[in-house]
Amino acid sequence: MQELSVQVRTTPLREQPTFLGRVLRELGYAERVGVVESSDDWRQVEYQGQRGWLHVSALTEKRIVLNPGADDVQRATTDRELALAGRGFNAEVEQEYRQRHAEINFAAVDQMERRSPTLAVIDRFARDGGLERV
Amino acid sequence: MERRTFLKYSGLTLAGVGLTGCKELDMSGFSQAMSGLGQSMPGTGGGDQFSSLMRAGGAVARAMEDLDPEQEYYLGRTVAANVLTRYPAWNNREANDYISQVGRYVSLASALPETFGGYYFQIADSDEINAFAAPGGLIIVTRGLLRCCKSEDAVAAVLAHEVGHVQHRHGIQAIRRSRITSAVAIVGTEAARHAGSPEVRQLAQLFDGAINDIITTMVDNGYSRAFERDSDRAALAILQRTGYDDRALIDMLQEMDGRLQPGAKDFAATHPSPSARMGEIEPNLLAERRAIPRSRQSRFQRAMRNV
Repeated sequence: MQELSVQVRTTPLREQPTFLGRVLRELGYAERVGVVESSDDWRQVEYQGQRGWLHVSALTEKRIVLNPGADDVQRATTDRELALAGRGFNAEVEQEYRQRHAEINFAAVDQMERRSPTLAVIDRFARDGGLERV
Repeated sequence: MERRTFLKYSGLTLAGVGLTGCKELDMSGFSQAMSGLGQSMPGTGGGDQFSSLMRAGGAVARAMEDLDPEQEYYLGRTVAANVLTRYPAWNNREANDYISQVGRYVSLASALPETFGGYYFQIADSDEINAFAAPGGLIIVTRGLLRCCKSEDAVAAVLAHEVGHVQHRHGIQAIRRSRITSAVAIVGTEAARHAGSPEVRQLAQLFDGAINDIITTMVDNGYSRAFERDSDRAALAILQRTGYDDRALIDMLQEMDGRLQPGAKDFAATHPSPSARMGEIEPNLLAERRAIPRSRQSRFQRAMRNV
């Protein structure tokens, strides 16, 4: 069984290959799933004995190491299938940027990110507006 | 985001719709960065929308492999923070909630429905006709651009164009390849783990440079005509898939064409002319205009009444 990793912070495992269907559970960054079957841009996967659907944009073939140690850093230089979470441009680099650019309005971005309609709200929004279920 | 477009994408895209004139970019060196992106994507089946995008973006592929979605997210946050410093947020809750629902819905119908942190939408308190799409899905649209919209379908066209910039990673492609190469080299060192080390300071400098690259392209110069065309095509595909009237994209461009001031610093300065864009869009429209239900128009008028 091919194994893939979740490459987004969190993604719903869905009962059907559609965004606006029933959610079985949430999967987090770097979780590994086994691929059962494919349907267009959707993958039916198995996670801890439970089957559901994920969109391919949430998945990568790489194995993601959440808290990489020195050995992981060394291996990642030659192993293209290994990805190190939190490396490179990360929260610490953003923090350094904020210290050097106090005038830049990150509070507005934080506020923007708190505005997130749920999938249930989006589903109702589509139906009320006579739009397709995607 | 591109203001000249409807949208500029990352960064500050204003995506758009039409928006006018983007300047041509020097893409040399970036094409190399992108070759190979597809290898990291799990979709290999023929005909997959997302997989097709990855194959088409060979140049984009490699760079995306080096800059994973988590790093793209942090770049996008800082780009958006810069945009919202220049264009202060307009915090009308009803209007922002509304464009967030339209925007999130159209993003689900895109080729990149899931990003590391997700898609978010914000209205900027500016009369400029502009929109910006920061990497990873932070999209900012001005009140001036929303005033050009006569229907929810037009709002969807604008936001779908911006989502197109995100899915094609146009903002990321503005980063000089040498910065990405240097960052990758530093990440591969043990010293990069220690705060205050020379390597971490160098990483921060590279981050600064990458942000400047994106802002300069998205906000100040505009994306290339080819990038705007890619985003218009993405917007058309989204509109047609969701059931919105795809001619709303044309309507928006016509409206903008009538409102843009030659020589102004907004969309007109950074996007191809609306008429040129309309000529490229029209052959790809559906045969017939879709009717807009009264319920959809009512909620549009209610949410946008103070814009």
